[in-house]
Amino acid sequence: MTSLKTLCGASALALVAAAGAAQADKLTFYCSAQEDWCQLMANSFQDATGIDVAMTRKSSGETFAQIKAESANPKGDVWWGGTGDPHLQAAEEGLTAEYLSPMRDQLHPWAISQAESAGNKTIGIYSGALGYGYNADLLAANNLPEPACWKDLLKPEYKGHVQMANPNSSGTAYTTLATMMQLFGEDEGFDFMKGLHTNVNQYTKSGSAPIKAAGRGENTIGIVFMHDAVKQAVSGFPVKVVAPCEGTGYEIGSMSIIDGARNMDEAKKFYDWALSAEAQNLALQVNAFQVPSNKGAETSASAPDMSQITLIDYDFKKYGSSDERKRLLKKWDDEVSVLPQ
Amino acid sequence: MRQLASEKTTHPVLIFWIIAGWVGFFLLPWYGVEEFFAFEWLLDGYPFDTDYAPAAFLIGQGEKLWLAPMFVALLAPLWVIKKRKTDPLYAKVLILAGAFGFGWLIVQGFSIGIRGWNFDWAEAVFGDLGDRQFGMGYGALICASAFLFLFTQGIAARGAINGDVFVVSAIGGVIVIVTAFVFFPIAKMLTAAFITEEGGYSASVFAAKFFDDRLWGLGCLSGGRCGVAWNSLFLAVLVGLITTVLGLIFALVVTRSGFRYKRALRALTVLPIITPPFVIGLALILLFGLSGSVTVFFSDVFGIQPTRWLYGLPGVLIAQTLAFTPIAFLVLIGVVEGVSPSMEEAAQTLRASKWQVFKTVSLPLMRPGLANAFLLGFIESMADFGNPLVLGGNFDVLSTEIFFAIVGAQYDQGKAAVLAMVLLCFTLGAFYAQRFWLGKKSYTTVSGKGDSGVHPHMPRALSLPVLALAMIWAGFTAVVYLMIFYGSVVELWGVNNTLTFKHYITAFSFRLEEGGIRWSGAAWDSFWTTLKIAAIAAPLTAIVGLITAYLLTRQTFAGKNAFEFGTMLSFAIPGTVIGVSYILAFNVPPIEITGTGIILVVSFIFRNMPVGVRAGIASMSQLDKSLDESSLTLGANSWETFRRIILPLLRPAILAALVYSFVRAMTAISAVIFLVSAEYDMATSYIIGRVENNDYGLAIAYSTTLIFVMLSVVALMQVIVGRTEIGRRMTQSRTNV
Repeated sequence: MTSLKTLCGASALALVAAAGAAQADKLTFYCSAQEDWCQLMANSFQDATGIDVAMTRKSSGETFAQIKAESANPKGDVWWGGTGDPHLQAAEEGLTAEYLSPMRDQLHPWAISQAESAGNKTIGIYSGALGYGYNADLLAANNLPEPACWKDLLKPEYKGHVQMANPNSSGTAYTTLATMMQLFGEDEGFDFMKGLHTNVNQYTKSGSAPIKAAGRGENTIGIVFMHDAVKQAVSGFPVKVVAPCEGTGYEIGSMSIIDGARNMDEAKKFYDWALSAEAQNLALQVNAFQVPSNKGAETSASAPDMSQITLIDYDFKKYGSSDERKRLLKKWDDEVSVLPQ
Repeated sequence: MRQLASEKTTHPVLIFWIIAGWVGFFLLPWYGVEEFFAFEWLLDGYPFDTDYAPAAFLIGQGEKLWLAPMFVALLAPLWVIKKRKTDPLYAKVLILAGAFGFGWLIVQGFSIGIRGWNFDWAEAVFGDLGDRQFGMGYGALICASAFLFLFTQGIAARGAINGDVFVVSAIGGVIVIVTAFVFFPIAKMLTAAFITEEGGYSASVFAAKFFDDRLWGLGCLSGGRCGVAWNSLFLAVLVGLITTVLGLIFALVVTRSGFRYKRALRALTVLPIITPPFVIGLALILLFGLSGSVTVFFSDVFGIQPTRWLYGLPGVLIAQTLAFTPIAFLVLIGVVEGVSPSMEEAAQTLRASKWQVFKTVSLPLMRPGLANAFLLGFIESMADFGNPLVLGGNFDVLSTEIFFAIVGAQYDQGKAAVLAMVLLCFTLGAFYAQRFWLGKKSYTTVSGKGDSGVHPHMPRALSLPVLALAMIWAGFTAVVYLMIFYGSVVELWGVNNTLTFKHYITAFSFRLEEGGIRWSGAAWDSFWTTLKIAAIAAPLTAIVGLITAYLLTRQTFAGKNAFEFGTMLSFAIPGTVIGVSYILAFNVPPIEITGTGIILVVSFIFRNMPVGVRAGIASMSQLDKSLDESSLTLGANSWETFRRIILPLLRPAILAALVYSFVRAMTAISAVIFLVSAEYDMATSYIIGRVENNDYGLAIAYSTTLIFVMLSVVALMQVIVGRTEIGRRMTQSRTNV
């Protein structure tokens, strides 16, 4: 270690630069996926490359807030996982760095288009379709029909049985709002949101809370990403997953390199590695039911079958921009959330 | 001792700080060193390597020349070392040297940062610096302390606070650390309220966010929904009142009744305070939720349609009352015990009935305790984040709104800052209301005179309902905790009720191997970190808290009110705001501590210190000043008086501060979530990750383990700190000493 240091410390300035930074190869890894997946990614990358990984797991919103707060003196190197919006936001604010990975030709087109809409400052690593899940026991106990479409949720018999997150606080719910705009057009989309509002029993703060409540029997129907609903079902809760018949929007879980990363080379190594089929297959070990972005990676057998789901052509560039987001959220605030329930 | 120190011309304290300053400047690395206590830096080029060099060596090599002026401030005090304290020169030189050294250190720290000059105008005036500096290290820290205490000694020598060096230094020290770790970060965060989207400053941005209808709407009076601010206020007042009453009830049962199982009751009341967040909420959902056991029972037996009544104000109120009653209890028990029996006996001798004694003597003397308990309950409720998140339903409160303004889809730090200000105003209001209610009366009951009475029991008319309420509440708490324990030993809570220990095994398994134990469980890392951080933070918190309380109750100095408010500030602000403000403030030089354990310790000290302060004030306002005065008259200085007279009488307050800060460090979540790093992960953030991932069993098993660990630590603290023995006839067999 000492000799290594003397070597690179040829000039005093280089030494100063190395002061707070790494001596051995290491990587500070911000992870916004589920805990066990993060753990597995960190360990596997460490095993594959010998680079020391320091992993911190936080939700994507928390990580974004942290990267923003740290921007004067970045501490993280790479940010992996979590829904795409905060990654796009970070790119828009210049918090993340542009990088063209040699692995790009192995990826699905949606992963590349995510990158292109953000000036190559982020890239898609998995995708998951929006839908909803319901607690089959509660549905039966209340003698309710099984819903199959978005519009089914507007029926009066579901009053007080539907839960979704608040789009002001949750990326999932914002995706729902944006999906309705694209599926039904803005006017009809807002009519849908207003109709839904009368049936909603609670707007939760966190995106996956509605389906967790459904799993525990505290709520009947939860509007969430389908892989979150599958996860409840696989964990043993009586949850059924629905891919709405009208078609649906989706999220692209993303990865970005933090601008000014102290271990830029290691961050790029991780970036390339995380896009490989081998790294994306790790998802199979940890009950992650998203669709991987590498064409060669496998998808879990329990995952929602994407070929059976009608996906809309989601405009990430438009609906991910902060102006459009602010406009839609304000409109939802002013026109939907104030209505009586 | 005191006589000698002031007459002779040697000043041990002065010499100590002069030497400390020199050590900081000439021996210790000036800038922060990663893993300082591994001492690898000693062999790695110290003292010449610029990473590890002390300030003097840097200057000697022609580096960082802006540090040089501080050397003058270190030299100057040597000049007065042989002078008498009464010599005007003594005070003048120390004040000037201290102020200059400290001021220079701060100014250079803020002006020159990681990218050279921090201010554009400085670059314009002085030109490009061509150099930069990182966060300060131990050398700078020791130097700064030396300058500060040289300064305070100068002030004391000029005759401030009767020339008392200890008191002046303590005031100076507390002001500096509170400024650095409370005012500075919070100010940094709150300025966000005035920043426009373009990055400029504007008051209208603030006004627009502040006068939002979502904040102040009164729709609930006419059937709609009320503003977030009113929700929070209403909830906090209710929680403050209920927890104070329940806390008083428990304190009365424990100290003034013939109830036999006091210890069990005491343990039970402390239980909620040592419970990690979310757990109480989850247990309540499992009992009273739509599919909860109690709900299902009532629906099966009485045919009552299950509803979601729990989600909203009722649920949050129940959970917060469960969680914060122990705090009121901890504050009140010291006060109730401290009320002098002589006064009560005097009233009885004057033929007052038991009820009259209680109403006109005991209760009024407990007022400082009641007021402080209410204030704490109010503030805790305002800042609580976990319970509203789990049980709030559509009942939004400020703390959750703040959290989601920062981390939610809006990323609106300005809104968070405005909401935090509203919250702060409420707290400030409660704080002044409390002061107004207490007025200028004296609540002193423990004086130097012998006081060997025994507390009378409560009047009968009071004791029956009090006991009944205490029992009901204790029973309820017990049920909630049984549920929690049960949740940790079943396969999947609420779905598959097969008994299993697998959650404990996943979290806490270990193997005996050659060369020791291998901690193979998933939770060990965060567990040890949490324990370590909490153990470091707790005593520091108690010390800072009690010294502050001592200054506030025993000393008078200019700006005392502002000082008191400042110490309460960090407690009143929700953890989320603290967390983000700490990152904003301490991620860049001069104080660069993000990603270390230090930032966690510091955040815990300043978040939990107010409880030590409150408990200390409540107890100290009962101690007669004549105790201090007689100690001082007999020749002890104020440090000795504090240590030998006041401290031993403060044991309940010390215990409260220690227990609270330890437990809080282990269970805090909202601030911690921003401050944890890969190396310093805390138990609570690990638990939250597990809850998010549906691993309820593991999360609850971890929480249950934490509860048991904390219980034993609290018991241990109780033994170490001991009880206050105010000379009273405790039992029949033991006579007053």
